[in-house]
Amino acid sequence: MTIHLNGKAREVAEGVTVGRLLEELKLQPLRVAVQVNQDIIKRERYGEVALQSGDTVEILTFMSGG
Amino acid sequence: MRGGDTLIIAGKEFRSRLFVGTGKYPDFVTMEKALAVSGTEMVTVAVRRVNLDRTQESLLDFIDLKKYSLLPNTAGCYTADDAVKYSRLAREVGMSNWVKLEVIGDQRTLFPDNEELLKATKILVKDGFVVMPYTNDDPIMAKKLEDAGAAAVMPLGAPIGSGLGIRNPHNIAIILQGAKVPIIVDAGVGTASDAAIAMEMGADGVLVNTAIAGAKDPVKMAEAMRKAVEAGRLAYEAGRIPKKSYASASTTMEGMIE
Repeated sequence: MTIHLNGKAREVAEGVTVGRLLEELKLQPLRVAVQVNQDIIKRERYGEVALQSGDTVEILTFMSGG
Repeated sequence: MRGGDTLIIAGKEFRSRLFVGTGKYPDFVTMEKALAVSGTEMVTVAVRRVNLDRTQESLLDFIDLKKYSLLPNTAGCYTADDAVKYSRLAREVGMSNWVKLEVIGDQRTLFPDNEELLKATKILVKDGFVVMPYTNDDPIMAKKLEDAGAAAVMPLGAPIGSGLGIRNPHNIAIILQGAKVPIIVDAGVGTASDAAIAMEMGADGVLVNTAIAGAKDPVKMAEAMRKAVEAGRLAYEAGRIPKKSYASASTTMEGMIE
């Protein structure tokens, strides 16, 4: 299925969880925030929140700023 | 809380009164060195999309979290709703419930939208954040933000990145006179003397980014800023002499020969 990840279309496995997606992307869950369709997903729910086709997923972290 | 030898914001004690931004350095290694030399204990960061391209280096690999606390900003937010959302995302990243709250009103000046800023401050304070709003050099606004529960207020010296220095020292002085929470002068500092001037006036701290990151030698400028902030603070504590129009001899006339 296709999701919109950080502004780009991406193919992922059907029903993939947020936690699994982070693993696939080799991202450390402790350093990111995840938003699915405008809702912030709490870290403790990464393992249970399954993505659906067409979901808009944003993965954010700390970057340079003043 | 204000006064005393150290800066305390929301119960956290700072030995350094210099806050440093992490934007615009030529590279992360230079930034890492500049932060170390600056003596800062708190650095600002932004919340942005993660690099999915793993070949790029990550900012957090260059910030020792045992040495520095993170102060996420809401740069780029133009409404209270956006700023609240970014603050919550920053908190979710999980290293801080502090926020340097920016709600920008205009792209060209990057001046704050104070109406939205106050609104966002109220929401975030209620939500348990340590809120440090970036505001104009407006004493009334500073007071309103303090009353809304801001942990510190961050009036600008001049527009962000302008390097124009403290454009309205009289307003900053009025803000300082009335403040019960720490006042951190943020934005506008161009060189060491600007930071010193803010500190001599009694500012509780200064936040510097572009003046360090954009200097020809950022590491040297970081050292200059550390010394300027320390010198300015010492001068404030020492109490400067009043200004007079005429001379007053430093050397006595007594003992001169007839």
